[in-house]
Amino acid sequence: MTKSFYGTTLSSPLMLGTAQYPSPDILRDAVKAAQPGVVTVSLRRESAGERAGQAFWDLIQELGVPVLPNTAGCHTVKEAVTTAHMAREVFGTEWIKLEVIGELDTLQPDVFGLVEAARVLAEDGFKVFPYTTEDLVVAERLLAAGCEVLMPWGAPIGSGKGLNNVFGLRALRAHFPDVPLVVDAGIGVPSHAAQALELGYDAVLLNTAVAKAGDPARMAEAFRLAVQAGALARTADPMEERDMAVPSTPVAGKAMLA
Amino acid sequence: MQIMVNDEAHEVSARTLAALIDELGYSGARIATALNGRFVPVTQRAETLLPDGAQVEIVAPMQGG
Repeated sequence: MTKSFYGTTLSSPLMLGTAQYPSPDILRDAVKAAQPGVVTVSLRRESAGERAGQAFWDLIQELGVPVLPNTAGCHTVKEAVTTAHMAREVFGTEWIKLEVIGELDTLQPDVFGLVEAARVLAEDGFKVFPYTTEDLVVAERLLAAGCEVLMPWGAPIGSGKGLNNVFGLRALRAHFPDVPLVVDAGIGVPSHAAQALELGYDAVLLNTAVAKAGDPARMAEAFRLAVQAGALARTADPMEERDMAVPSTPVAGKAMLA
Repeated sequence: MQIMVNDEAHEVSARTLAALIDELGYSGARIATALNGRFVPVTQRAETLLPDGAQVEIVAPMQGG
């Protein structure tokens, strides 16, 4: 079942970051190959002389993919809320990927600040996509704060370790069958993305796995296919895992040759 | 009057945020602004006065993950 994100149905369950590409041209090629449903973007200080942001804005307009601005790098509720307001004005969208970072080595979310910032922003009309952990209680609090989407991490941002806690992600999926869920962060290769979709996640958000591949456009295409395969597999109802072998070739009728 | 813009000191004659944006050469740019840590919407820039020593942040779209 395809879930909508605040009333919007995405054209693909792939959400692609726009950072760290070797050049704007390679970013453009990667986005064309990935055909993502969303691209993530950010805000940084602008120099009047260089106007780097204006060139990037032109590129985003050209790509024609819906944007999801983030509050990356924010460590406090106040910073994240102010950044969200600036992003809403600059990008013209109420969607915000809310990051409140709590720890520098893992870049894991400060879930206490996250819930508070989510509440403030949801009350102000924002459509919040919270970058969170797979913790069920935090998830409940985020939903109570007004979030209608949850984005648990697979593994620390940029680590490429894949789905670190499949049990926890599966529990989250089972606990919130109707909430759109996105695995955000930690995805390193297309099989990780396929796995998230197979688990019933509605989308994956990744950046480094494509941007830092040797051939980003080629990897972008691999991710496009992987999310298609994962989503298709989910609708086909995957088999149950078993601890013991069960022969797939029928035993009955086997010739007695021993 | 001296103010800080994106953490750099500037000597400016502008008295409002809107005038500051023109004076520094950001006219027509897709930017968002904050004054002393608080977001100032584009509609309020013209009436937002700059106190001496104001800390102004000017941001624009940028690549993100």
